[in-house]
Amino acid sequence: MTEPNPMDAALLRGMTQRRLNRRDALRISGLSAMALALAACGVKGQGTSTPTTPAADAVAKFWAGKTKKGHLDFANWPLYMDPKKPELAEFTKQTGITVNYQEVIQEMGPWFAKVQPQLAAGQSIGYDLMVITNGIQFAQFVKSNFLAPLDHAQLPNFTANAGATYKKSTYDPGNVYSVPWTSGMTGIAYDPEKVKNPITKLADLWNPAYKGKVGMFSDTQELANFGLLAEGIDPAKSTKADWQKAADRLKQQKDAGIVRKYYDQAYIDALGSGEVWITQAWSGDVLQKNVSDGTNFQFVIPEEGGTIWTDNFAIPITAAAPVDAIMAMDFFYKPEIAASLAEFIGYVTPVPSAQPIMQKDADADTTDNKDYLELVAKSPLVFPDASTLAKLHYYVDFPDAATQTAFQNIFEPLVLS
Amino acid sequence: MTTTITPPVTTPPPSTVVEAPVNKPRKHWASRLLFGYTWLIIAWLCLPIAVMILFGFNDTKGRYNQRWDGFTTKWWTRLGEYPELTKALEVSLIVAVVTMVVAGALGTLIGLALGRYSFRGHGAMNFLMFATISSPELVMGASLLSFFVSDGVGLGIITIVIAHIMFSISFVAVVVRARVLTLDRYAEEAARDLGATPWTTFWLVTFPMIFPAVLSGGLLAFALSIDDFVITNFTSGTVVTFPLWIWGVTRVGIPPQVNIMGTLIFLVGLLIAVASAVSTGRRAKR
Amino acid sequence: MGRSLRARLAPYGLILPGGLWLLVFFVVPMAAMVSLSLTEGDVVSGFSQTFHFQTYVDAFHNYQSQIYRSLVYGLITTVVQIILAFPVAYWIAFRGGVRKSTYLFLLLLPFFVSFVLRTISWKFILTDDGLLLTPLKAWHVVPDNFHIIGTAPAVILGLTYNFLPFMVLPIYVALERIDPRVVEAARDLYASPVAVFRKVIFPLALPGVFAGVLMTFVPTSSDYVNAEVLGSSSTTMIGQVIQAQYLRSQNYPTASALSFSLMAILLVGIFIYARILGTEDVLKVAAR
Repeated sequence: MTEPNPMDAALLRGMTQRRLNRRDALRISGLSAMALALAACGVKGQGTSTPTTPAADAVAKFWAGKTKKGHLDFANWPLYMDPKKPELAEFTKQTGITVNYQEVIQEMGPWFAKVQPQLAAGQSIGYDLMVITNGIQFAQFVKSNFLAPLDHAQLPNFTANAGATYKKSTYDPGNVYSVPWTSGMTGIAYDPEKVKNPITKLADLWNPAYKGKVGMFSDTQELANFGLLAEGIDPAKSTKADWQKAADRLKQQKDAGIVRKYYDQAYIDALGSGEVWITQAWSGDVLQKNVSDGTNFQFVIPEEGGTIWTDNFAIPITAAAPVDAIMAMDFFYKPEIAASLAEFIGYVTPVPSAQPIMQKDADADTTDNKDYLELVAKSPLVFPDASTLAKLHYYVDFPDAATQTAFQNIFEPLVLS
Repeated sequence: MTTTITPPVTTPPPSTVVEAPVNKPRKHWASRLLFGYTWLIIAWLCLPIAVMILFGFNDTKGRYNQRWDGFTTKWWTRLGEYPELTKALEVSLIVAVVTMVVAGALGTLIGLALGRYSFRGHGAMNFLMFATISSPELVMGASLLSFFVSDGVGLGIITIVIAHIMFSISFVAVVVRARVLTLDRYAEEAARDLGATPWTTFWLVTFPMIFPAVLSGGLLAFALSIDDFVITNFTSGTVVTFPLWIWGVTRVGIPPQVNIMGTLIFLVGLLIAVASAVSTGRRAKR
Repeated sequence: MGRSLRARLAPYGLILPGGLWLLVFFVVPMAAMVSLSLTEGDVVSGFSQTFHFQTYVDAFHNYQSQIYRSLVYGLITTVVQIILAFPVAYWIAFRGGVRKSTYLFLLLLPFFVSFVLRTISWKFILTDDGLLLTPLKAWHVVPDNFHIIGTAPAVILGLTYNFLPFMVLPIYVALERIDPRVVEAARDLYASPVAVFRKVIFPLALPGVFAGVLMTFVPTSSDYVNAEVLGSSSTTMIGQVIQAQYLRSQNYPTASALSFSLMAILLVGIFIYARILGTEDVLKVAAR
């Protein structure tokens, strides 16, 4: 062989040479033992001091001296904005701030794991604004003091236009660290061409007829909720014993080979490619997939119940451009912007006054997009009514870290093994 | 030249012997079979690449390149549609170049030492090289993450470069060492006899002789770095390199631009390899 | 006097920068990982060193099937690769003639494309309604909910594909170095082709096979990309568990314990393998 080949003969000859005699092996292990001893001394804890509500002057302290930078790095989930990004273009036009929008968040667990080492080291994560779901990781962000406290004086549109329910959330009372981006629902999505009967119940996800064609979420909170609801238990009132029952039900689903895989955001790709016929799903994703790909997937909230969650704007504490970030936050609370966003993504908007605007757009439209706009303006998936809300539950809440660990230890093995 | 042994007259030769004069092809069918089999394997190896290249021409609607919808070359003009893709490529290239230079230098030095001298740390160094090459990437990445996390070091492009240099050094060292071992010392001795200092000897005599190996090792480091996924995944934090970007993008369906990027990188690699083969061939003829 | 001292110090000086780099970023992190595996705690409140060996016990208890499965997949893949690679290496080494480099080049050609892209391309080809299965399902050769992706054969296919050159090339190098006169001598001594292969060619190729096994078994057993892309929850490999424990649940003690255990198992396996094959002397010869 004469060309510089990655697997050069010389390389291979070099690699197959005899290397080690006993004396050297002992020396190496001695060295390693020493390194081990050093490392054992060197392991530092990761955490911060006791988690509390921020000091009264924390807001002032954080925002003191912060100025507009003119550029914003925004991390979000996929399928949360029109790929043409009209709202961001409008934002740039009105404020002069350029936005680098990245759809890098696929699931909360991995996102927190990815940014935690950087935030713990006081390092920028490369983003000034991110959208995170209310749940275990949100609480971890808060407890670790990774989120910047918001200056509500810079959020006039939020104060004026946000729906009342969004101002008294349980996971962030007083909107100290976050304001909602959208809310969404977890239900069941299915391909009616492959699944001949209409799906209405959670129990359908356990149907052996769909063996190997069912998708479930890998997020433990999403998975647990469906397991609990399938057992007829209200997640808000569930106990450790209930969790075990739910886990057993889910394990039975897995052992029978019914579950094809536990997915993060990738479930929608799996549904589209035919890898699964019926799956746990997020409401707006299905709507968008049908529009972008011309498919005919159906989304339902099961009779036994579904999950409702809220994805929230938050500013990491090491953000380089927090002022630009908070301006962007506030921008999305303008009714016309909220309407434009909801029209595309099909998720629940936190701005009730967006609805008349969406209705007006639907009435005014003369293209074949009209049906879709009508659908979105009136859909209970975008503007849930009382009966829809009655069927929806939040994620399980944890009074302390120990309970949370117990919960994770019950549900994680399902996903990981 | 064949040597023949004349058997004793009383023992007949076993009937399974096949005469093998040097210039007659023996066992047609077995040879043909192996030939066909080799090409089958080559075809099998190239199959996913062919599919990848083909679907870069797919006229797909929407963001999901899943079904064949017709032939088009429009994606080739719309490569810039994903600025994150070009950013990720940039990051990968920068990391790979830095790795090539630093690991190339460090690895060459080690290769020289191991190939030329015998010293007390020889075996230990050999073992270290071997350990780095044959350790599972997963464990190397995991240990680096453990190390960075234990010491409160943030993750980012610096940690990526550190990791890449770490696993590339040994590859370069092994390549250079193999070359140094076969180096004849006469030229160097002659240089020293003519009064050259060790430094001059190295740069004017030794280095040019081992340069092909150094280059080879450097290119190897470059290739390893640009394609690394596992170790980078552990040490990158929120920084995105090209393989990481592809991985992330598969969550929502791979746009045809990725196929095209893959095709382009493939063609570039192909060109480099062909060019170097041609130039080595030409050099050999000289 | 000065020159000999310099000459004696020269190798240490040469290996110092690289060696230091490897010490700090390879050896020490391994130690850090072991150390981390004995801690307790969580990311928010920190990990404290308590020499908590129970983590290892629990980890093995919870994930023994994944560890076992990974080793089995690695073994199957390695054996399949030897079977696939040997004829190719043999043909190129003995019959390749002037075009040897071209064939090797063609073999390596696909590996100019990113590892991730290659694996995803396979998923694309083998997916449920993809290129391969759509016609098969249309002709009712297989049932409608038949799938290749998500099964063990798919993962093994991916592993075999992605690491094949690591098996072909060492075997090729070993075969190429066989002096053809040795083979001729064997034939002249009336050995049958099978005997020639068994007694002359294969033993001389053994160091190549050993190197190939070493270069494929280790990465294959610890791989997680192939299992992630081509597998499902019934094919979970230990690599996926380790990755998830580090990068999803941040369960660092368990993650580190599993990672270290995997490495230890592989190391032990390699040493036992080397002992059995007795190839240490053969390696010495091969190195020449």
